[in-house]
Amino acid sequence: MEQKKETLLEIHNLSVSFRMYDHGLKQQDLQVISDLYLTVHPGEIVAVAGSSGSGKSLLASAILGILPGNATVRGHLHYQGQELTPERQKALRGKEIALVPQSVAYLDPLMKVGAQADGHERPRPTKKRRQLFQRFGLPEETARRYPFQLSGGMARRVLVSTALLTEAKLVIADEPTPGMGLAQALEALRMFREMADEGRAVILITHDIDLAFEFADRVAVFYGGTTVETAPASDFKEGPSALRHPYSKALWSALPQNGFHPIPGFQPYAGSLPRGCLFAPRCPDKTPQCMTDVPPVREVRGGEVRCYYGS
Amino acid sequence: MALEAQGLSFRYHKNQPWIIKDCNLNIQKGQRLAVFAPSGHGKTTLAMLLAGYLEPTKGQILLDGKPLPETGVCPVQLILQHPEKAVNPRWRLRRVLEESGRLSEELLYAFGIEGAWLDRFPRELSGGELQRFCVARALMSGADYLICDEITTMLDVITQAQIWHVVLEEVRKRDMGLIAVTHNHHLAERIATETLTLPTDFSGTLPPLHP
Repeated sequence: MEQKKETLLEIHNLSVSFRMYDHGLKQQDLQVISDLYLTVHPGEIVAVAGSSGSGKSLLASAILGILPGNATVRGHLHYQGQELTPERQKALRGKEIALVPQSVAYLDPLMKVGAQADGHERPRPTKKRRQLFQRFGLPEETARRYPFQLSGGMARRVLVSTALLTEAKLVIADEPTPGMGLAQALEALRMFREMADEGRAVILITHDIDLAFEFADRVAVFYGGTTVETAPASDFKEGPSALRHPYSKALWSALPQNGFHPIPGFQPYAGSLPRGCLFAPRCPDKTPQCMTDVPPVREVRGGEVRCYYGS
Repeated sequence: MALEAQGLSFRYHKNQPWIIKDCNLNIQKGQRLAVFAPSGHGKTTLAMLLAGYLEPTKGQILLDGKPLPETGVCPVQLILQHPEKAVNPRWRLRRVLEESGRLSEELLYAFGIEGAWLDRFPRELSGGELQRFCVARALMSGADYLICDEITTMLDVITQAQIWHVVLEEVRKRDMGLIAVTHNHHLAERIATETLTLPTDFSGTLPPLHP
């Protein structure tokens, strides 16, 4: 790993919990992210893949400091070597750190999308916005439409343009491609690649993992609110034999082009996590140790894996 | 048994361009069709027309030779792209599911819907978790035709494969007709028996104003 390289974002031991009402007035803390790690260097696209509900979007919110009030964040969260405090998050978000939100419902329904993409900056970046819309195949009149007048894929392209228009050093793109056709999705990813090549960085949260493998430098795989593997993207292109964690292998094999084989079982629910390895209940290679002890993160072949047996 | 579109055309207003023009379709029960088209070319509109969410401007939708019923559970069920827009945000998920009939334990298990999720509100679940409810709700209604508008693009690939295996099994068991809108050709090869590519001569036009 390029450990000595300057890091833009460094996260380890991150945990997020929500205070929720259980019965009546009784409250309980629900831990949804635990012991999560992720490092991002300038010039890099880090793809975040993993189970639905594994905390990928929550991580984005935690970095930006936009979690709801009943959330508690603990752990090491550093941006450019300094701790990300709530004040700092507030100062950085939308400027140095930009988000492409997951839901197209993040667009203001009462505002034309062109003005939304331009943002609060003055003078307006209208010229740049036009170029971006053009590259995305959005006709200029799109700018004068309201969100409800756009198809899902068009709204998504507007959201991506919005983030690309900022001068952000770090863009967190939360599922930027669903609803887009293949050509548009590739164009969006190409733009992220260009951004990264300029020395900025992108966290690409995605389920279109086959596309992500082509454009990302590294892939982090999340499961049950924790990181189970980080690996060079090339290992994911190669296939299961190059991967370290059984869950990463299972993801690869579930792709329609690679067999469409789902492993049985479900990701554990945040309130009832297993005692040992979070993946153990579904793991084909588990041993008694996996059921009782949480495996530590180990460095294996230029990647990291949270498994006793990953090699 | 067939779901038919005859000379189906749709536009939101007479000053607006056609989104769907003279579309003819015939899906028999037991058939599985994948629909392709670039974004903004009427896939979702076609899905909404077929399920009775929109009225055709011209032409008609026929189910076994008759128009879609106006009351009761529609035998053509649509599952939307964004589950968070398809459920009442103020209802607990048990109520969301019960809207379509008695809870089927078997389906809940097959979809991995845990008991505890039923007492939560939609905003307390991830998009992927929520979509399982929407698919289960459509299947529990006993529909004859299922229209799936990009239903698994928001899900991880393991969940995607799990959900499609359940859907395909139910569709085969009940001899249902299936129309799946998708951008993923690899997925289409797995789920469909035939494909339809919507005409792309609308390029440059926008989905126009809602009424």
